Amino acid sequence: MNISQQQQFINDLLVESFEGLDRFDRELLDLENGQGGTEVLHSIFRIIHTLKGTSGCLGLRKIQKLAHAGESLLDLIRNGKLSVSSEIISALLKMSDALRAMLRELEAKGAEGEAGHDDLIATLQQLQTPGPVIAQNTAFGLFDDEPSASSESESPATSELASESVATAEETSEASGVFDAKSPVSSVAPAQAPTAVKAVAPKAATISEQPAAPAHPSAADSGIRVDISLLDRLMNLVGELVLARNQIVQNTTGNAADGALSAAAQRLNIITTELQEGVMKTRMQPIAGVWAKYPRIVRDVSIELGKKVRLEMEGQETELDRTIIEAIKDPLTHIIRNSVDHGIEAPEKRRASGKSEDGLLHLRAFHEGGQVNIEVSDDGAGINAAKVKAKALEKGLITAEQAGRMSDREAMNLIFLPGLSTADKITNVSGRGVGMDVVKTNIEKIGGSVDVQSSLGEGTTLRIKIPLTLAIIPALIITSSSERFAIPQVSLVELVRIDADQVAKSIEYIFDAPVYRLRGKLLPLVYLQRVLRFGDEDSKPRAANIVVVRAGEQQFGLVVDDVNDTQEIVVKPLGKHLKGLSVFAGATIMGDGRVALILDVFGLAQHAHVVAQNSEAASAENRTLTQAGAQALSNRQSILIFSLGTENRLAMQLSSVGRLEKFQPEKVEREGLREVVQYRGQIMPLIHVAEVLGLRANRAAGAELPVVVYRSGERNLGLVVGRIEDIIDDSVVLENQRQRSGILGSAVIQGRVTEMIDVPAIVAASRI
Amino acid sequence: MSLYCTFYIEHLFFGVPVDHVQEVVRHQEMSRVPLAPPEVSGLINLRGQIVTAIDLRRRLRLQASVSDKRPMNVLIKTPEGAVSLLVDQIEDVLEVPEEGVERPPETLQGEVRSIITGACKLKDRLLLLLDTQKTIEL
Repeated sequence: MNISQQQQFINDLLVESFEGLDRFDRELLDLENGQGGTEVLHSIFRIIHTLKGTSGCLGLRKIQKLAHAGESLLDLIRNGKLSVSSEIISALLKMSDALRAMLRELEAKGAEGEAGHDDLIATLQQLQTPGPVIAQNTAFGLFDDEPSASSESESPATSELASESVATAEETSEASGVFDAKSPVSSVAPAQAPTAVKAVAPKAATISEQPAAPAHPSAADSGIRVDISLLDRLMNLVGELVLARNQIVQNTTGNAADGALSAAAQRLNIITTELQEGVMKTRMQPIAGVWAKYPRIVRDVSIELGKKVRLEMEGQETELDRTIIEAIKDPLTHIIRNSVDHGIEAPEKRRASGKSEDGLLHLRAFHEGGQVNIEVSDDGAGINAAKVKAKALEKGLITAEQAGRMSDREAMNLIFLPGLSTADKITNVSGRGVGMDVVKTNIEKIGGSVDVQSSLGEGTTLRIKIPLTLAIIPALIITSSSERFAIPQVSLVELVRIDADQVAKSIEYIFDAPVYRLRGKLLPLVYLQRVLRFGDEDSKPRAANIVVVRAGEQQFGLVVDDVNDTQEIVVKPLGKHLKGLSVFAGATIMGDGRVALILDVFGLAQHAHVVAQNSEAASAENRTLTQAGAQALSNRQSILIFSLGTENRLAMQLSSVGRLEKFQPEKVEREGLREVVQYRGQIMPLIHVAEVLGLRANRAAGAELPVVVYRSGERNLGLVVGRIEDIIDDSVVLENQRQRSGILGSAVIQGRVTEMIDVPAIVAASRI
Repeated sequence: MSLYCTFYIEHLFFGVPVDHVQEVVRHQEMSRVPLAPPEVSGLINLRGQIVTAIDLRRRLRLQASVSDKRPMNVLIKTPEGAVSLLVDQIEDVLEVPEEGVERPPETLQGEVRSIITGACKLKDRLLLLLDTQKTIEL
């Protein structure tokens, strides 16, 4: 055959073989677990047999030799001349790996590689004759014509089958720990064993017996193989059609005059939508494709670490778009390995805590709320919130203050911080602390979310939510500096508009960062124009359009010039020169033919440093808010809590607060009898709150002065306090009102007696 | 004998191998890309494909154009899709004999020199042969 024909045959071999080997692995594991009858044995034999034949035809001698060794072994097994053992399974899996490696080399280099895997071949040949080493050949009680041979070593039993099955049960429980039912070798055995024997192979004495009918028609019968690039082209064309449809609809909806055109445009609209849905479906693949490799991975990892893990998968038929499947493969794999490594305890430990020796790893996938949900739960040791907090503290990832305020639930989410691993030892598999943060980032990059819940001693569940597709998404179109941008709807929370005359009042600054108080909560603001360094800002006051978006856990408000409309847009990737820009997720073509960039809210957040603890006050307040839960809204106020270096806890209304500043003692100057600092081009008088209230402030000499800047009419006044404690939202019920000058009253805030100060009174009293 | 698609940028005369060129189109409306490298002029819509446009003047560190003539697009094929080079004026496709290609003159330095593979003395002008890969790589 000529070169290109040869190449085509090789390509076919590669495609078929990789698929076949994946099936081979799966079915081999089924066999090991006692599921699968004759049809499985024949299937795995056929796979290797075909591989041997085809590679021989193409002159790939090394591959042929290895496959031949495996084929001979499998032939003995399927004919009942040899019984399956854990050792055999491991060798066959090794062979499968070796074949894969050789095929990959063939794919990459166009010719077979050097490795001949002779020692593996020798092992496979050796296994053909069961040695006297272990009586593994009685594991499943399979013998051709010597049924009595097995019973010689076992306890007497009434029937052949019973004796074989007792042997089976005993051997089963010893041979390998991967089986889920740990059957005690007692009188229970004979009852259970028959199912084990039947499941694995036909009853030895009657080889001619009809093998069990195939459980289901093979999946290969009901479909055809289509080149992925063809599907991609179709998808592209549909994308183009969607854009053209958008353009036509946009240009005809106005002209009611041309009835025929409008009608045609409507029809085009309907057809395009249905076509789009149909083609999207072709790209949907069941998640079983991703999960197919997990039984093998779980087996390998658990053997490597000496654990026993049972894997259950539910919802394998749940479909995902191809684009998403690629993105979640690695994160899911990492989570699975993590669970086996850190979640599930060693068998002895489990036994000691009264759990079954086999740990359970349960995967569940389902569609809900327009998204795909994947749950990974284990019944392992659970996450130790205290330990996680301690580790995070140790690595300096959180401060002691934050650790103190954190709930257990929040502490668990610390596992997503980079560099955090509470593993006592680092295994090959995990423990280096580089995993979970990457998992979270990768999932969030595709618009998904991941959440962890755990119960100490009982287990952990990770919940992942991902969108159905990435190719065509609903988006909000906005305008900034005369350019249009698209914001994916999945990141959208709400829209807020502030009229021009309200802007100055509503937008506040905390530590130099603009924030907006949205229903009591502080929302960090990001001016799109500024982040993109784009366009000129005019100083004229204008209405502010705030698009509240969500980047993972954080919400922030994007300030834009105009909000246009929502549309379905086709996501087109940016070329390699622009791929690196984290603020853009891609581009799309609008109805008028112009290109609009799609914003990536995560990239924006990072770029604007919103995700990092920029506004301590905002995040502190928001944290407390989530802890507080629902409360009566009527009494709720935003309060700044501070101390004066004494035992007293005081508070003032946040509405009094302009900014929070810190001044070095050297900056304090004297003007007449009072202290002042130069602040923003003004001379700002300082008022020592402690003094005004008649309290003695203890301050370390030379320490920074925390100052609350309060705006009184045209002036800024600096209220010097001892220490700023917190900013919270709480309902304040004042008692003992107006008993002291300068104090409005006392209230119990955060469980402590706190005095609310009367700022105007204090200012008046200081006679400034 | 190789064929080159030629064009002018300022007074410099360049050529790219014809089989690197997908097509040549007149000026298209561009969308700016904030935060992009300065050589990237923007994005254009080419029959539904979004193409990055590279301003060759900036790429070659030349002065901005003083004329108000709009640049033309020379679309270069790449495995990930087309990339457009913005040029001042398109010229003919020319044949260049192998022997005619020499090293560029010493007087040509800087960025321009680093992205050409050679020069060819034509009857009345010097044709600079662009290294397409280097040019679009920024």
